[in-house]
Amino acid sequence: MKARLSLTVNGETREVLVAVHKTLLEVLREDLNLTGTKHGCELGECGTCTVLVDGEPVLSCLVLPVEMEGRTVKTVEGMADGGTLHPLQQAFAELGAAQCGYCTPGILLTAEALLAASASPTRDEIKAALAGNLCRCTGYTKILDAVELAALRMAPAAAGRPR
Amino acid sequence: MTEKHRFAVVGQPLAKIDAWAKVTGETRYADDLVLPRMAYAKLLRSSHPHARITRIDTAAARARPGVYGVITGYDLPRVKFGILPVSQDEEALCTEKVRMVGDPVAAVAAVDEETAERACELIEVDYEPLPALMSIEESLGHPEVRIHEYGDGPNVHKNVSLQFGDVDEAFAKADLVREDVFFFEGSTHLPMEQHAALAHWGADGKLTLWSSTQTPHYVHRLLAKILDVPGAHIRVIAAPVGGGFGGKLDPFAHEIAACKLSQRIGRPVKITLTREEVFYVHRGRHPVLMWIKTGFTRAGDITGCHLKTWLDGGAYGSYGVASTFYTGVINPVTYKMPVYKFEGARVFTNKPPCGPKRGHGTPQPRFALECQLDKAAEQLGLDPVEMRKRIVAEPFTKTANHLTVTTIGLAECIDRVVEASGWPAKWKGWGQKNGDRRSPRRRGIGVGCSAYMTGAGTAIYWNSMPHSGVVLRADRSGAVTVLCGATDIGQGSDSILAYLPAEVLGLEPKDVHVHPADTSLTPVDLGSYSSRVTLMCGVAVIQAAERLKAVLLKAVAKKLGVDASRLVARDRKIGDPDDWDTAVPFARAVELGESMHGVLAFPGSYAPPKRAGKYKGGGVGPSPCYSYSACVVELTVDADTGDVILHDVWIAHDVGRALNPLLVEGQVEGSIYMGIGEALMEAQIFRKGLHKQPSMLDYKSPTTLETPEIHTILVETNDPEGPFGAKEAGQGPLLPVIPAIANAIYDAVGVRIDEVPITPEKILKALELKAQGKTPRVGPEKLPLFTFKPPIVVESAFGQPADAIAVRPFADPEPRG
Repeated sequence: MKARLSLTVNGETREVLVAVHKTLLEVLREDLNLTGTKHGCELGECGTCTVLVDGEPVLSCLVLPVEMEGRTVKTVEGMADGGTLHPLQQAFAELGAAQCGYCTPGILLTAEALLAASASPTRDEIKAALAGNLCRCTGYTKILDAVELAALRMAPAAAGRPR
Repeated sequence: MTEKHRFAVVGQPLAKIDAWAKVTGETRYADDLVLPRMAYAKLLRSSHPHARITRIDTAAARARPGVYGVITGYDLPRVKFGILPVSQDEEALCTEKVRMVGDPVAAVAAVDEETAERACELIEVDYEPLPALMSIEESLGHPEVRIHEYGDGPNVHKNVSLQFGDVDEAFAKADLVREDVFFFEGSTHLPMEQHAALAHWGADGKLTLWSSTQTPHYVHRLLAKILDVPGAHIRVIAAPVGGGFGGKLDPFAHEIAACKLSQRIGRPVKITLTREEVFYVHRGRHPVLMWIKTGFTRAGDITGCHLKTWLDGGAYGSYGVASTFYTGVINPVTYKMPVYKFEGARVFTNKPPCGPKRGHGTPQPRFALECQLDKAAEQLGLDPVEMRKRIVAEPFTKTANHLTVTTIGLAECIDRVVEASGWPAKWKGWGQKNGDRRSPRRRGIGVGCSAYMTGAGTAIYWNSMPHSGVVLRADRSGAVTVLCGATDIGQGSDSILAYLPAEVLGLEPKDVHVHPADTSLTPVDLGSYSSRVTLMCGVAVIQAAERLKAVLLKAVAKKLGVDASRLVARDRKIGDPDDWDTAVPFARAVELGESMHGVLAFPGSYAPPKRAGKYKGGGVGPSPCYSYSACVVELTVDADTGDVILHDVWIAHDVGRALNPLLVEGQVEGSIYMGIGEALMEAQIFRKGLHKQPSMLDYKSPTTLETPEIHTILVETNDPEGPFGAKEAGQGPLLPVIPAIANAIYDAVGVRIDEVPITPEKILKALELKAQGKTPRVGPEKLPLFTFKPPIVVESAFGQPADAIAVRPFADPEPRG
């Protein structure tokens, strides 16, 4: 059975006709061509497919698109402001926080939600927020460093000051 | 001028050239690729660990609407294959027999994944179960049941024995001889990306395969054999790999099935494995049982060492012959070990095949040796740090097993981690504990060291061609394009291929375009394994860049009317440093060069140097140079729960030169992380043929919460063999953290856990033994009854000066092209 749905993803509202049992992950990747969202297990275990729904991190492999009507979905493709990268994206690139890069979109979005809720989290708070996102390349060190750097750059005191 | 100022690009903490695509979701991994009319495929896999196939009926699957095609092994040429020429024992789709749960038997292509999966369920396979051999003991104890018909004995894949000097004599000279037994459990790579492949067999009869592979060249070669089509009509493109760690180094059933299905149905076909399939595809860390006997003098010197290893290989050969040798050959590279004997055996079992995982065969004996050194230090009353430092091998000498080592930064690595960790204040001496002795939470500190090779000295198939090749082309725009078959698996090899020519040619890395590995475009690089890529493609790309530079300098010299030897390339210009105002922009230099020389495209080639010595070491081990690491771990053990809480890891790594310190640190940190997982939690274990935990929730791996702060110190030794002095960083640093954790646990609570993973259960069991006054140790208690081959006996080469380099293949500096 297919359903016609109206989904708001990265600020754009799109109509899709999809099988009702397809996950949000599948619809994003296969119907909306937003392949920036990755899959690591499709069982809700690894955090790779994390997207933001109304600003909260959710595992898109466990979400049905029919639940998403009237809500806003954000994927990694929606993080940059036009041609300007989000400070998290900038910091991840500069500090080598993305090695193979496969877990990166999910971690970036989880971190974005963290920084929206808490402007200057401690390292332990960053660890706690990212505990559901597995990364097998980095040992997390550079990821934590990059979130800290982005938080510093995003802090109001740093506004307008290049770093 | 200091060395740091000698370089413009080398040594800078630059972003990787592909970092921007990776943080925006632009990077297109294999499963992100979609072609028009593409079909989706699935494999039907065996549910039996060992069985004869008596019937396969695919009729119902073929009849299902939406199914485009179904194949079995009978639709493929009946040829067995394997990554190593000596172990041709795999079928893409099994025809007569399955040897493990997860062995593929059929493949379906359909309109979508779900239809393909449903159709797989309609395929009828009749199995006649055979006894399943699930351990080394079972396989050796049941020679009447044969998993394969080849090998060095019933269910014995490989049996090796090498002896360098007289170990009995060495033990007789020792003040202390220790015999210890250790077990290292198997673990898997667990890359975040599941393997995926997209095949397109065009109407022109040519095949293109995009795959998440670490070794497009070997896949290319083997596809020609497996599919029985000319290799000239096959193109393999390496998609960006979403984590490899050795898990994407074999040719896989899904790649072969996608190709054959595409030919059959006339459509592109994509197969992406599920996470469960990735656990069964495996090729990861071998479970290894080890017996190690080492003689020590009172002062802590090693008189000789004898190591026996038994590897549980799983159902197929894979890289197993190499893995077997690797358990034996690298330990003597680290310390002065004048006499050495190694015996190893790899045994087939009905489990997913083991193969190369980060550190390939060396973390297991490293764990054994470093834990044994600690035990010996205690018996001898020596500081474990001082003892190790005393026995560090001599640079530019040969080991007992005839490996030539060049630079050795291990002593400096030890000094640096000792200082950074505060070891002198924290290490109280044997049996002297820190803190409140009544508290169940006990702090401990431990040390471990290691060495690793920088690239295998020989290719997987014997040949005298380059191991890494580059074509570098200069464009009139001032851009340079690098074509190289190296595969970026996240370690940053594409970035290295941009940094090095930028350094040589005075460009910015952004001016250099690096094309991903593509067998139709890029010269062969053997693949991302054995920590070979930076060194080998690095030397090759420097050679190509130097050849281009020579032509450009000549052309600019003619234009400026000066001698070419006066000119330098820097800041995107070529000119005389004493008359820089007349310097020519790089793009103009290219025009001058192209006018003079014709098209500016230059090859670079690298093969490891051939040294003069007759004996080249056993099978594997020779490498242009070796990296060294020292590691200190501080942790707390909760004696009530057995929990281990890691606080800090200090690691110093001799990388020769950090071409980009950010990337080197990333490799070191990732290695430490992966070692921690193996030390404390990861286990690829089975019950009745089934993986016990084939999911990312049940297979425990460290999250941010279990990963401690990792303090990385880079030591530079400027090795003469490496590009600008660089050695490896991607694998070696994994090794020392595992024994350092085991040694720190002993320091904390006085129990020896001689097998990994070191779980809370094992710690509690050992603490209970201690409380009962028994030997506070948990580890293997017995060894298999097994006769190793009579050894190949060679005199020890220990301490001899490094053999001179007899031949440097392809090192002719003259510009060609």
